[in-house]
Amino acid sequence: MPLSKLDQLYRQVILDEAYHPRHHGTLPDYDHSVTLQNPSCGDVLTLQLKLSDGRVADAKFSGSGCTISQASGSLMTDLIIGKTPAAVQQLVETFSTLVIDGHAPAEEALGDAAILKGVHDFPARIKCATLAWKAASQALSKGERHD
Amino acid sequence: MRMREQFPFFAAHPELTYLDSAATSQKPQAVLAALHDYYVEDNANVHRGLYQLAYATTEKYEAVRQQIAAHIHAARPEEIVYTRSTTDGLNLVAASFGPVVVRPGDEILVSGAEHHSNFIPWQQLAERTGATFVIAPVQADGNTDAAQVAQLISSRTKIVALASVTNVAGGAVAIRPLADRVHANGGFMVVDGAQQIAHLPVDVQAMGADFFAFSGHKMYGPTGIGTLYGRYDLLEKMPPVQFGGEMIDTVMDQDTTWAEVPLKFEAGTPNIAGVIGLGAAFDFMATLDLAAVRAHEQALVARLRTGLAAIDGIQLYGDEASIGIVSFNLTGVHPHDVATILDEAQVAVRAGHHCAQPLMARLGVPATVRASVGVYNNEADIDRLIAAVQSARRVFDAVI
Repeated sequence: MPLSKLDQLYRQVILDEAYHPRHHGTLPDYDHSVTLQNPSCGDVLTLQLKLSDGRVADAKFSGSGCTISQASGSLMTDLIIGKTPAAVQQLVETFSTLVIDGHAPAEEALGDAAILKGVHDFPARIKCATLAWKAASQALSKGERHD
Repeated sequence: MRMREQFPFFAAHPELTYLDSAATSQKPQAVLAALHDYYVEDNANVHRGLYQLAYATTEKYEAVRQQIAAHIHAARPEEIVYTRSTTDGLNLVAASFGPVVVRPGDEILVSGAEHHSNFIPWQQLAERTGATFVIAPVQADGNTDAAQVAQLISSRTKIVALASVTNVAGGAVAIRPLADRVHANGGFMVVDGAQQIAHLPVDVQAMGADFFAFSGHKMYGPTGIGTLYGRYDLLEKMPPVQFGGEMIDTVMDQDTTWAEVPLKFEAGTPNIAGVIGLGAAFDFMATLDLAAVRAHEQALVARLRTGLAAIDGIQLYGDEASIGIVSFNLTGVHPHDVATILDEAQVAVRAGHHCAQPLMARLGVPATVRASVGVYNNEADIDRLIAAVQSARRVFDAVI
């Protein structure tokens, strides 16, 4: 039996990702730090990135938010470590298209993060899903170390 | 006719459980008909035309002012200023009356439970005038603590601005003793009546309000129309903040004199349809036995609080006396996740900060879920909400 929309959104793997997030916390040393808010719900997310040899060497996120924003932060940071800034920007674009449209060209590049596709059926939650990805995009579009 | 049948919204949404009346109420057929009839039969600008239709429409438009004055026990209809909303009314008082009375070193006092619209205008007025913005601590349940407010009123207090019913925890605040205290100290009492107007009788003179603001859309009327009550002698002292048509007496090249109160505050073609719709909403309110409505809503609140309290991990705000509002959280689950699951069960509630971020900070939560009732809600609505919260709890069973 196919999963209901709701079961798709709150799959066990997403709940686990949100309640036991990977890369959660702060970096002792980072090159970029961006804090974004979702004013409609009060979610706050801070993303810190460390770059090395033209790639994201480490990433951590912190803040408070709903299941979707926390799971998304976990999946996003895990995906972008090791990637170049240009590749990350491409992934952000792909993820955004996936949760808005329900499908995206080359969505397999998102790996595990594609499990958030179900957000497409909940337009009110798209901003929760994209918050961490927007933070990554903003962090990497600024050239130098900043807070 | 049964109550719910008077509201066409429920025929359009037979499956929906609507529990968000504190955000906006649904509209009875009588209000919708009044809006329609105005545009079909009476559409003419007010306070301008000399033809019979314009005159007759102006009469109807002004008759609503008298109707509102009678309903809220204003001393005279000129004390009723038409506004867009509660927010608009409170901003008018802060922008116009504020600088007339507030001096550097004075204090403006609010509760930590205020809606942003009764918080930010005063915060900004204090900043502009060099006054101190004082915020009274709230009760642990999220309601205004009247004793704390009373204690903070002194001879420095120029304005006290309070919701008579708070919009998150839903508690009623006894305004009169606080108004007496602020008056004895030479200050003024501003009341945000947005959450009172549909649920409790209003007597602005008995409560000691110098200003009282409310919206039409939370009392079964249209959006975009509201009322600011102001004591006549105070309205007379206030300068207009918007300029244009209808609000003038004489316009000369270098100077202008203003129309009398309240027209000097009503620049431009007003929301005539909105006023007519608001009149119909007051007619609808007049058909209600407010004591019976109060008993009905209190029974629904009690049923909801009892049902929710039985769910593991529920945190309830406010108390049993709440005026049609029950705010809650499910420990360990973000309120937006709860709201999404309720939405899938076709239960419409509000989840968020309810335009009360200072209160959320005091409660130590990012947001709450808020259910609120109107005259059309019944026990089945409450039971569907409780069942949906139980199913939300089950979704998160494995992780919390």
